[in-house]
Amino acid sequence: MPEIRNYTLNFGPQHPAAHGVLRLILEMDGEVIERADPHVGLLHRGTEKLAESKPYNQSIGYMDRLDYVSMMCNEHGYVMAIENLLGVEVPERAQYIRVMFDEITRILNHLMWIGAHGLDVGAMSMFLYAFREREDLMDCYEAVSGARLHATYYRPGGVARDLPDTMPQYESSRFRSKNNASKLNEARQGSLLDFLEDFTNRFPGCVDEYETLLTDNRIWKQRLVGIGVVSPERALQLGFTGPMLRGSGIEWDLRKKQPYEVYDRMKFDIPVGVEGDSYDRYLVRMEEMRQSNEIIKQCIAWLRVNPGPVLTEDHKVAPPRRAEMKGDMESLIHHFKLFTEGFCLPEGESYAAIEHPKGEFGCYLISDGANKPYRLKVRAAGFYHLAALNEMVNGHMLSDVVAVIGTQDVVFGEIDR
Amino acid sequence: MGFFEGLLFLLWTVFKIALIIVPLILSVAYLTYAERKVIGAIQVRKGPNRVGFFGLLQPFADVLKLLTKEVLVPTNSHRFLFMIAPILSLGAAFAAWAVIPFSDTAILADVNAGLLYVLALTSLGVYGVIIAGWASNSKYAFLGAMRSAAQIVAYEIAMGFALVGVLMVSGSLNLGDIVDAQRGNIFHWFWLPLFPLFIVYFISGVAETNRAPFDVAEGESEIVAGFHVDYSGMAFALFFLAEYANMIMIAALAVIMFLGGWLSPVPFLPDGMGWFFAKTAFMLFFFLWFRATFPRYRYDQIMRLGWKVFIPVTIVWITVEAVAILLEIAPWFDIRAVGAA
Repeated sequence: MPEIRNYTLNFGPQHPAAHGVLRLILEMDGEVIERADPHVGLLHRGTEKLAESKPYNQSIGYMDRLDYVSMMCNEHGYVMAIENLLGVEVPERAQYIRVMFDEITRILNHLMWIGAHGLDVGAMSMFLYAFREREDLMDCYEAVSGARLHATYYRPGGVARDLPDTMPQYESSRFRSKNNASKLNEARQGSLLDFLEDFTNRFPGCVDEYETLLTDNRIWKQRLVGIGVVSPERALQLGFTGPMLRGSGIEWDLRKKQPYEVYDRMKFDIPVGVEGDSYDRYLVRMEEMRQSNEIIKQCIAWLRVNPGPVLTEDHKVAPPRRAEMKGDMESLIHHFKLFTEGFCLPEGESYAAIEHPKGEFGCYLISDGANKPYRLKVRAAGFYHLAALNEMVNGHMLSDVVAVIGTQDVVFGEIDR
Repeated sequence: MGFFEGLLFLLWTVFKIALIIVPLILSVAYLTYAERKVIGAIQVRKGPNRVGFFGLLQPFADVLKLLTKEVLVPTNSHRFLFMIAPILSLGAAFAAWAVIPFSDTAILADVNAGLLYVLALTSLGVYGVIIAGWASNSKYAFLGAMRSAAQIVAYEIAMGFALVGVLMVSGSLNLGDIVDAQRGNIFHWFWLPLFPLFIVYFISGVAETNRAPFDVAEGESEIVAGFHVDYSGMAFALFFLAEYANMIMIAALAVIMFLGGWLSPVPFLPDGMGWFFAKTAFMLFFFLWFRATFPRYRYDQIMRLGWKVFIPVTIVWITVEAVAILLEIAPWFDIRAVGAA
């Protein structure tokens, strides 16, 4: 009789459930996983090294491309690290705008997650429903920055510009009838805030819709309950943050525990799980979308009645207004200096962390006094989660690996950096 | 029978086969179109709408594309088995249609053991899947084949038991007779007295054809495409064709055994082939609906559902049925009266 041995299965990087470029070497006993060995680095672009060779303000765009489904949150971590060292004051309105867009980004990220997670587990309609709502939020990105994905909207000392008074409109074409276009434009007649308010009013209904399809679905529960259980102690030891940690029952949220910007003025709850399995993490993220929606509402209410500057007046850090530049020599010099050599940071180091949709996103900056960072280290939440993959899938079946990858919500832009 | 009569009979039979196969292939083509349109509607998008009016020529464009593609044979595969597998799948899927009665006269082979024949051929289809998975010499394909083999064994039994219930009330294995036994109105059809069996049969049928939520054998997001991961071009298309032909087959069988085949649901409308097709289309819609709605089962959960839920349910209901037959509960269980007529 030949000896029965385990075999290895190469899972990815060309795999529909690999969420980009994950490569797993699975050691399997039949359908059961004995060991899962993630191989990372296939999307390494050397972001941290690139940042060392560019003035501070030119690296913001790279941050978008780290976790490319929650772009503005990445920028936020980076500009906060710079602001800490510079000691520059961020106008209140800019802080509200940042909080609002952080929460928009959280919803964007969680929508992408629920779509991809659904697809992994086989509920393919979820993907398209999630993208329908995602499209509206993308339009908000586009309205403020001109780009749907890689916004580069946050700047040291504020945000690039104030919220626009108009929304981009759909046009009728060969593929879109006039009726259809005007129907899509209905909510886009007013300002960005009007559009967002309309969105926040209908979004809880959308989440209800997703939950109808999934939350009590027997198959969905069978696939997630008891899969990838992480105990609270172990979650802490593994360096989990964000929904992964909260799913295990630990109430930890940087927005509450060390509030930055204006989060201390926001009313919201932190959902936590009980069992620490994939289903709890699913419930946590679903509730987070609803909470984010509430935060956005509060921001809209404040932003409507409180106009003001959105970028610091310190023109060593932020460009002067266009009109001033035309007549004022000083402003012209500031502009020229800022866009050629940037600004210098005082010698020292700083770490700024924000509650990213996936967990704690932190930027650690060391400055030697030059206009470029001596070293930039990005702490990406997904990296620590992925490192726990082996532990989470051990003893489960092949199908569960896919479910666990989904529940970890990994994005390789930030893991490989 | 002389030579010429024999030849004539042969030609006539071939003609009749063509009369079934060609519309079948066409309906497979348009079932793929319907699937994309229906799922598109469910997922708030349009589905194919570029090739021809409303995308009606899309199936032909797809076939043309697949025909012009190269059939790749992996270096380490077993070449002969690799090529024979899709043919085996498709052969079994088509051959089963021989005994399906479209109306009281339109049937290719009026076999007395029609039900057994159908069961035998649908089981044979799994060999295509297993051989394909084995011959590809790929771990993904092999996993798919193993899953498929285990799944088919479990669900074949549940399905068989459900059909035992049908043949108990109808008293025949001939598909035409089974339909005749349901004569009357919509409430005389077997779906009502055999409701649990109807449900078990249909769900087993979905599992048997490897359709969502039981599509672990191809499990898109787990084992990529499962048993046919290494197939391309027309060889792949044959698997596709077989899967959809089997879907129509399962729907048609459900109609024959539980929904009164070509019989009209109300007495004042005439019976006819149209009813058969309408009911089949209705059942097919469920396949598409399931696919757009449900997440995928895990492999061991499918086994549990088959062995621990469906088989007990069928056994219980067969017992209930046997008692009902003993008590001769009209209008369904008074078999002897039907048999005499």
